Amino acid sequence: MEINLEEVFQQKIDNEIKIEPRDWMPEKYRKTLLRQISQHAHSEIVGMLPEGNWITRAPNLRRKVALIAKVQDEAGHGLYLYSAAETLGMSRDEMLSELHSGKAKYSSIFNYPTVTWADMGAIGWLVDGAAIMNQVPLCRASYGPYARAMVRVCKEESFHQRQGYEIMLTLCTKGNPAQKAMAQDALNRWWWPSIMMFGPNDEHSPNSAQSMKWKIKRISNDELRQKFIDVTVPQADILGLTIPDKDLKWNEERGHYDFGTIDWEEFNQVVAGNGPCNKQRLKARVDAWNNGEWVRDAATAYAEKRAKREAGKTEAA
Amino acid sequence: MSNKEWPIWEVFIRAKQGLNHKHVGSLHAADVQMAIENARDVYTRRMEGISIWVVESKHIHASEPSDQEALFEPANDKIYRHPTFYILPEELNHM
Ligand SMILES: [Fe+2]
Ligand SMILES: [Fe+2]
Repeated sequence: MEINLEEVFQQKIDNEIKIEPRDWMPEKYRKTLLRQISQHAHSEIVGMLPEGNWITRAPNLRRKVALIAKVQDEAGHGLYLYSAAETLGMSRDEMLSELHSGKAKYSSIFNYPTVTWADMGAIGWLVDGAAIMNQVPLCRASYGPYARAMVRVCKEESFHQRQGYEIMLTLCTKGNPAQKAMAQDALNRWWWPSIMMFGPNDEHSPNSAQSMKWKIKRISNDELRQKFIDVTVPQADILGLTIPDKDLKWNEERGHYDFGTIDWEEFNQVVAGNGPCNKQRLKARVDAWNNGEWVRDAATAYAEKRAKREAGKTEAA
Repeated sequence: MSNKEWPIWEVFIRAKQGLNHKHVGSLHAADVQMAIENARDVYTRRMEGISIWVVESKHIHASEPSDQEALFEPANDKIYRHPTFYILPEELNHM
């Protein structure tokens, strides 16, 4: 009797049995995951840049240590995710070279500039907020190493959002009119890119159905976006800020907020590499890699030398 | 330029005195000292541990997923290894 591997695989998924690295899996499942996890890792790493921009200019020590800790966490998230992706058979260096050559994508949101201190507030509140919304369901993804990495990530994210919101709150409730205006301006610039983070509308997201069947994805883009908007509107009210969408209003019948049309043309332009900071972000990553080469080489040389010395010691003994 | 990727290490953390070291993930490092230092930064930023083990991944040997039945099935029908297999009178209370 011939056993259909693909059927057995799907049965495991349907029964919520996690897939582990050495288990059989369809090639397409492996490729889909590898692309998703490595893109996710790249996003965490590139995501350090917009906020890193403000570390030296944080307004006080409390804000500075929080921002450093947050940016360091994002580095950690990138590392957990690269490790998870490596279990699918691609080396770290290959993934990095795909990022550096522009072949691999990362989240478009990080191609926007951080022009004022209020952007640190808006990013934590909105960008990390949207990321949390996306990431919580991924803690139950069918691939074990990905799900485990996401559990760690999610545990750390909540501080990111809270510190961002606290920055906004301080500007809005204790700040002068100029500072409050700065907070509103940051919301105006980050709102639409943030709700685009959930990806294209469901009818334009052709791979979603398969990812749902494989339980890599559990909740659709539009559903997540709606959830995010529903929880975020009251948060903006507390700040006394106005979300820049004139069509935003509560729909009693649906039990959700209605919102305006998203400018997907802008989204596609940024994905295609024409966002305000695409070139700058990529250059920063490539420079970091190239400038770190001598350090990597020195560490390798030192490790080899030490291994040799140790081997000599054992022989002598 | 060596063009050589640093080896992968598996990281095990003891969360507190009295508990096992538990596998938490992996990382790249040139040598054992760097592996421990990196593990500290990557996996214990919030007091998740008080002790770290690192093992180069190539030294870990694993059972084959395809051997799962042969290895673990035999334990399935040995219910007499469990305390509930033995029927004892109620008045015995806790045994
Ligand atoms: Fe993150
Ligand atoms: Fe974050």
